[in-house]
Amino acid sequence: MLSIRREICGYCGACVSVCPEGALELVDAYLTVDADRCRDCGICARVCPLGALEVADERSL
Amino acid sequence: MNDHYDVLIIGGGPGGAMAGKAVAEAGLSCCIIEKRPAIGTPVRCAEGVGQEIYDFIDLDPKWVSAKIQGAELVAPNGQVIQLSSEMAGNEVGYVLDRKMFDRELIWRAANAGCEVYVKTRAVDAIVENGVVKGAKVEYAGKIRNITAKIVIAADGVESKFARWCGIDTVVPMAELETCVQYLMTDIDIQPGVNVFYMGNEVAPEGYVWIFAKGERTANVGIGISGKKCRDGNRPKDYLDRFIQEKFPDGKIIELIVGGVSACRPLTSTVSAGLMIVGDAARVSDPLTGGGIINAMYTGRLAGEVAAECIKEGDVSAAALKKYDVLWRESAMGKGLERNYQIKEIFIRLSDDKMNSILGSVQKIDLEKIGTKEIVKELIKYNPWLLKEISSLKKILG
Ligand SMILES: Cc1cc2nc3c(=O)[nH]c(=O)nc-3n(C[C@H](O)[C@H](O)[C@H](O)COP(=O)(O)OP(=O)(O)OC[C@H]3O[C@@H](n4cnc5c(N)ncnc54)[C@H](O)[C@@H]3O)c2cc1C
Ligand code: SF4
Ligand code: SF4
Repeated sequence: MLSIRREICGYCGACVSVCPEGALELVDAYLTVDADRCRDCGICARVCPLGALEVADERSL
Repeated sequence: MNDHYDVLIIGGGPGGAMAGKAVAEAGLSCCIIEKRPAIGTPVRCAEGVGQEIYDFIDLDPKWVSAKIQGAELVAPNGQVIQLSSEMAGNEVGYVLDRKMFDRELIWRAANAGCEVYVKTRAVDAIVENGVVKGAKVEYAGKIRNITAKIVIAADGVESKFARWCGIDTVVPMAELETCVQYLMTDIDIQPGVNVFYMGNEVAPEGYVWIFAKGERTANVGIGISGKKCRDGNRPKDYLDRFIQEKFPDGKIIELIVGGVSACRPLTSTVSAGLMIVGDAARVSDPLTGGGIINAMYTGRLAGEVAAECIKEGDVSAAALKKYDVLWRESAMGKGLERNYQIKEIFIRLSDDKMNSILGSVQKIDLEKIGTKEIVKELIKYNPWLLKEISSLKKILG
């Protein structure tokens, strides 16, 4: 499952632009994830420049 | 806010602002919506632009932080290559104050007659029979349907609008430059000189930049390929190591993060009732990451073509295609393809080869020669380049 550490997120949108499922969105100053769409691929976590995202069972990319 | 406009623009960055100004100047009704509470902030940019900025706006000291007379490239082995104002070509220009600059662009759009709403977010597209008819918009806590003859998606790197219209906008992870930047003060820099550090140790598949903002102040940032990011080796980790070595006593007064696409542009930047501009269209330069001017250029062009098509009563994909064709055929469009291929070559270079290439830059008279000629000259000094990378032949025609 994707976890977002909102206190670290810098509201940049890098993760949004690479999510193949369109599961992420920046709403106000927060990143939100649509849990129904997210397939825990971990791509977003890889590109976050600050390490604000984590996928518990990240598959190998 | 009205329920209908000729043109609805999603995003109040440079792309959206230029589109809004062009549409309003053509005498049509238009509206820019921006989800953030303020235009221009938080900044996601190193703020560097070349002289081409004059094609769009006369510079004003209010939104220029520094004039740049030269650039320095630092090779992986530490060798410094100096590009003076006569030699640096496109690198010579300005470091903007984008908070002020973006506001000025929006002000100009508003002054031309375009409506602007901040803290107003597109949450979905309205599409009927494959034709984009408007957007669902969250405004003052309520969702409203705003219809338009044409919607211009100028929603930047995190673009969702075109995706909601059925267009694949995903940036491949390996082609996303993931960036962190500090605005630093109390550091020893050369005012008026922008510095670029290259090498796989410093910034894998990217570079570190120091863009002077004043006597002792600069944007110090890094972009690396998304595929090189790892825990402990994220852009922030690389940057922290860099500043620890170069500017251990510097003060960090701002942190920004961002993503820059280094992929090819979207295969089509129009569909019926829809045009896509700037970062949303993936038109930032894949080699340098620069996207301000490209966003302004595509934004203005989209606004002009949108107004033309609306006046002619045809907003079909075929009619709007004119915009897509024009930007691809422009110097910008051709430059994007060439720089994409050059980037593909550079990311595969070892540090030794990069040292060799950068070393030969000093031997080249860069004055008045473009990227294509520079690459030809580089091959003269590094013939292995052509042997190893056959795709270069194609780039050079
Ligand atoms: C770290 C970094 C350094 C950079 N350095 C440089 C540089 O030195 N020189 C250069 O030329 N370029 C640079 N760039 C790139 C440059 O910042 C962008 O190319 C440029 O801002 C693109 O303009 P735009 O109008 O397309 O998008 P943006 O400026 O990103 O504007 C898009 C706007 O749309 C809004 N938006 C998004 N979704 C919605 C929605 N659903 N509803 C309403 N509004 C929405 C966003 O809030 C945003 O304000 C850099 C980028 C980064 C990340
Ligand atoms: S884990 Fe994959 S699917 Fe889920 S939000 Fe991240 S990129 Fe999207
Ligand atoms: S990439 Fe990281 S910092 Fe940027 S919006 Fe996503 S979670 Fe936040």
